[in-house]
This record gives sequence, C-alpha cells and structure tokens, in this order.
Amino acid sequence: MIRDQNTLNGILEAVSRFVRERLVPAEAEVAEQDAIPDDIVADMRSLGLFGLSIPEEYGGMGLTLEEELEVIIRLAHASPVFRSLVGTNNGIGSKAILYSGNEDQKQRYLPPMARGELIGSFALTEPEAGSDAASLKTRAIRHGDVYVVNGGKRYISNAPQAGVFTLMARTDPDEPGAAGVSCFAVDADLDGITLGKPDRKMGMAGSHTCDVIFQDCRVPAGALLGSEGEGIRIAMQVLDRGRLMVAAASVGAAERLLRDSLRYAEERRQFGKPIAEQQLVQAMLADARAESYAARSMTLDAARRYDEGLPVTTDAACCKLFASEMVGRVADRAVQIHGGAGYMRDYRVEQFYRDVRLFRLFEGTSQIQQLVIARNLRKEAAW
Amino acid sequence: MKVMVSVKRVVDYNVRIQVKGDGSGVNLDGVKMSMNPFDEIAMEQAVQMKDAGTAEEVIAVTIGPAKAEEQLRSALAFGADRAIHVKTDEEIQPLTAARILAKLFEKEQPKVLLTGKQAIDDDANQTGQMTAALLDLPQATFASAIEFDGDKAKVTREVDSGLETIEVDLPAVITTDLRLNEPRYLKLPDIMKAKKKPIDAMSVEDLGIEEAVKLNVTKTAPPPEREPGVMVEDVNELVSKMKDKGLV
Repeated sequence: MIRDQNTLNGILEAVSRFVRERLVPAEAEVAEQDAIPDDIVADMRSLGLFGLSIPEEYGGMGLTLEEELEVIIRLAHASPVFRSLVGTNNGIGSKAILYSGNEDQKQRYLPPMARGELIGSFALTEPEAGSDAASLKTRAIRHGDVYVVNGGKRYISNAPQAGVFTLMARTDPDEPGAAGVSCFAVDADLDGITLGKPDRKMGMAGSHTCDVIFQDCRVPAGALLGSEGEGIRIAMQVLDRGRLMVAAASVGAAERLLRDSLRYAEERRQFGKPIAEQQLVQAMLADARAESYAARSMTLDAARRYDEGLPVTTDAACCKLFASEMVGRVADRAVQIHGGAGYMRDYRVEQFYRDVRLFRLFEGTSQIQQLVIARNLRKEAAW
Repeated sequence: MKVMVSVKRVVDYNVRIQVKGDGSGVNLDGVKMSMNPFDEIAMEQAVQMKDAGTAEEVIAVTIGPAKAEEQLRSALAFGADRAIHVKTDEEIQPLTAARILAKLFEKEQPKVLLTGKQAIDDDANQTGQMTAALLDLPQATFASAIEFDGDKAKVTREVDSGLETIEVDLPAVITTDLRLNEPRYLKLPDIMKAKKKPIDAMSVEDLGIEEAVKLNVTKTAPPPEREPGVMVEDVNELVSKMKDKGLV
C-alpha cells in the first residue's frame, strides 16, 4: 500500500515511461507474431508489474485497489494484451488463493506469482456454463486424500502459460447449484490435465486462451481453497475486483484511442485544413473525452470505496457495464475519425477496435451486469 | 569507494517548450518535470559501480525547490543509499551550484563526483568543470566510458575530433555523456523502498554559500519556424537550386 501521492506519482511515471518507450513501439510486432517477445516479458517482470496487488509480505507491492487501477489505466495506454498478461496474476489468478488459501498455499504460490515466474489462471467457464457459472459440470470427487477431477474448461485466459489454475469444480454431485461447487489451486503440471489448441480469436493477438481438459486428474486434497461448497462465493468475491479491473482497462484503452485520434485529426488535412477543425470531427473527439472521463471517475470512485471496505458489487457492475460499452463507442469513433486509414492494419485503432470488443464479454457480459445492477436495485430498494 | 551524484530537476524532455509571451522565460506552469537525462546516466553509472562492488555508498545530491525531492526519490529508487537536498526557490546559476557541490564534496569526501555533462534546461555545461576548479581536482568531462583502477580512473571523452582517453587521479569530477550507458527502468518495488531512505535537507545559507553574481537573462525567444522543404527530381536540379541560393 502506498497512500502517498509522491510515491504513487513516481510509480505512475515509471509505468508511463515503460509503456511509451518499450510497449507501444512493440505493439505491431506483438500483433503480427501473436506473441509478446520474451525480452519484453522479462522487463515486465523486473519492473514489478505481476505483483501489483499481491501483499508485500508475499513479495508484491500490496497496492490498494485505487492505486492499482491508476497503474492499470496507464498500462492500458498500450495494447490491451500487455495488461492481459499481468491481469490474471494481479486479479482472478491470485485472489482466490489470497482470500481463501491457508498460509502454506499462500507461501507456495504468491511469491513466484508476484515475481511473474508463475502464471496463475482462473478456470471457471465451461462450454455450457458461462454467464450461468453455478451450473458448471466439472467434477472433483474426493477419494481418500485426493480429489479426482473430470471435465472441460473453456476460453481460459493465459492457460497456455499457466503454472497454476484456480479451478472451480463440483464436489457435491447431488447439489446442482452454487452450494455444490468448490475452489482449488491446481498445479498445471499434474497428470490428467491437457490443454486445447490456442483459440483463434477476433483480436487480442499476443494473449492466449484455450480449453483446459481434466481427465481423471488426481488433485491432492490439500489443494482445496477454503471449504467444500465455497467455490462460487469465492469466485464472486474475486469478480468485484475483476470487473473494476476491466473498467480500468477500458478507460486506459479509450484514452489511448482518443490520443491517437486527436493526433491523426490534427495531422490529416482535407478541404485545406486539419480535419480536427471540422466540427463533426470535433463532436466525436469531445464525446470520447467526456465518456472516458466519466468512466475514469466512476471507476476510481468505486475503487476508493472498495478500499474503505464498503460493498461495491452494484457499482462494480455499473463501472464494468459503462466503461466497456464506452470504449466500444470510442473505438468506433476512432476508426471513423481515421476514415479509410482506420480500417487498415497499419493503424493501431484497427487493432484496438477488435481488441476492446472483448471487454463487453468477459468477466460477465454487459447483460449480466445489467441483471446484477437491477437485482441489487430491487433488493436494496427502500421507500 | 564513496560516489556522489548530482542530479537536477528540469522540464521533461518530452515537453513541448512554450516561451512566455513577454519573452521573460519559458512557461513552467503545470509542466512535467523530470531528472535531467544526463544526470540519469550519471546515476546509472554510480549504481552499476555499486552492483559491481566498486562503490560502497552512493549519495545523490540536488539543489532546488521542495518539489525537487521527487527527483531525489527517483535517484534513491535507482539505488542511491541516501540523498542531500539543498533547498532553494531561487534560480541557481552554474557558479553557485558549483560552490554548493564543492562544499558538499568537502563535507562528504567522496572519491568521485558524477554529474551530467549539462542540464537540458539551460544547456550551460559549466557546473562540473567549475566544481572541479573550485576543489582543485582533476576533471574528465563528456565521459562515454569509465574504468576505475585503484586511485585512478581511465575516462574516454567524446570530443569534437572523436574519442580521447585520459587518465585522472582520484578524487575527481566526471561528467557523463549520452553514450556512457542506457539508464535502467526504475522497478516499482524500488520506488516504494525509496520512500524509506533518508534525505538530509538544508538551505544554501546553512552551507554558508554566497550566491554568485547574477547573470541576467535579457530575452528568451523560440527558435525560428522551419520552412517547408521542396522535393527535387534529380541531382542536377538539386545542384542548380543550391547554386540559386548561393549555397555552393
């Protein structure tokens, strides 16, 4: 935890410089090769980007959520795949272990995650259990001192790089709902785990997802996080933060899209003047600025209240909904401002346009956020 | 050995400088400030010496307003062990800076004072040389390679005619040039640790320094706008155009 503006400014400046000098110049190569070069990954590790939210006693920086989101917004000024690489270790890949693991589990996994030597990945989604997470079918049946796991997980972020999975599986086959689900920290090198081919995605080239298949995989009973039946509760706890993380990534991407659009509009001349002097172009720029500022403000506000220990489930859903839809509109305008050039791969707005489409889908679709918001509104209504 | 590094707070190199309307200087309101890039190179040199075991202690020094503490914190994040902040809100001219650095040098007795060859704000390129003169110490300026050997340092200098290698006795003042090294990216945990390292603050008066006679800036003006170029078809056209302009 920093809680000191000077130090935070130093951190943010260091991240912005790294983004400007190291990450942005590598964007085209990353998109082309569908991989982040090893030397850049090594530099991201040494900078400390994998351990932002992991507490200091486990080798991380222990930033508050507000501080962490400020960092994420800067990091998201570069291609979203860089944020995605560190995203699971700072978020859904480590948080279940931190919140519900015992001391042995924390000591074992968190320090190498903070150093970026171990990648954590969150294995919840299944072919038939996406938005309806509690209906998941993967089973973990206890036999003596092991759980035997069978089932398939889908679209698992960073799975090809993962050293440990936070796995959600049903330990009580007679309980079809949330109460039958438990959470495990499963080493990726166990026998009985196979990875599917990397998914061929619309965007996010350089960030990888794939299926993770468990076949009679014998997971030591000591891998259970918390108690049996707590899985969905743990998952939901992790998701509040995760949603604010996506909101921050959306804000960062929107700010970058706006900057690229503004620069292009100032340089591109038509009808004898920069197109930035055309009022219809100005309207698009102004709307993008207003919307990204709104999303930034609400996201940091929710993070501050999270840090104070206040409940933010509704607000986190609001932020995720608004910010991810916002960046979709901003990306659309960015392509529009770039005109024909915006449809070309030579310009990064074309890539961002496809990349940010993901933000409305993962960590709960926009529609799930709407349901969460409306459900809580009705539940909390007082006349 | 003990190494002292002097760093200066300057306008960040990425900022597009705006000259004030009345020509009295450049606009600093809300402008991003950073450590002088040549001083970062000096810091990197010092920290490399520490990593290699050549230096036991690295002390970072700055002269400037309260906010210059940010640059000292950066120096501490680089790996300096402690820092000295000579606080002043006045604009410090090279001779005053040299007097202050000489005083601190006498107090701390380092083996070497490293500093950037010049600061990118006024580009004076004087402080290192003046400090060496005041201390009556050898100086090696524009260093692009430094090798320490006992009580001597072999320094490769970037001079107009190429590279010149000289040997100086220590203690000495060495000013660093662009190609000496590539400063590292500050690690985020190191920035947090820097918060806990000590900074010794004092005023110019505390050191008993007299401010040097003022140089007066009479006018500041932006460089003339570059005129747009013209495309030529071939060498002949290029030569004839240059002849027309009286260039050849």
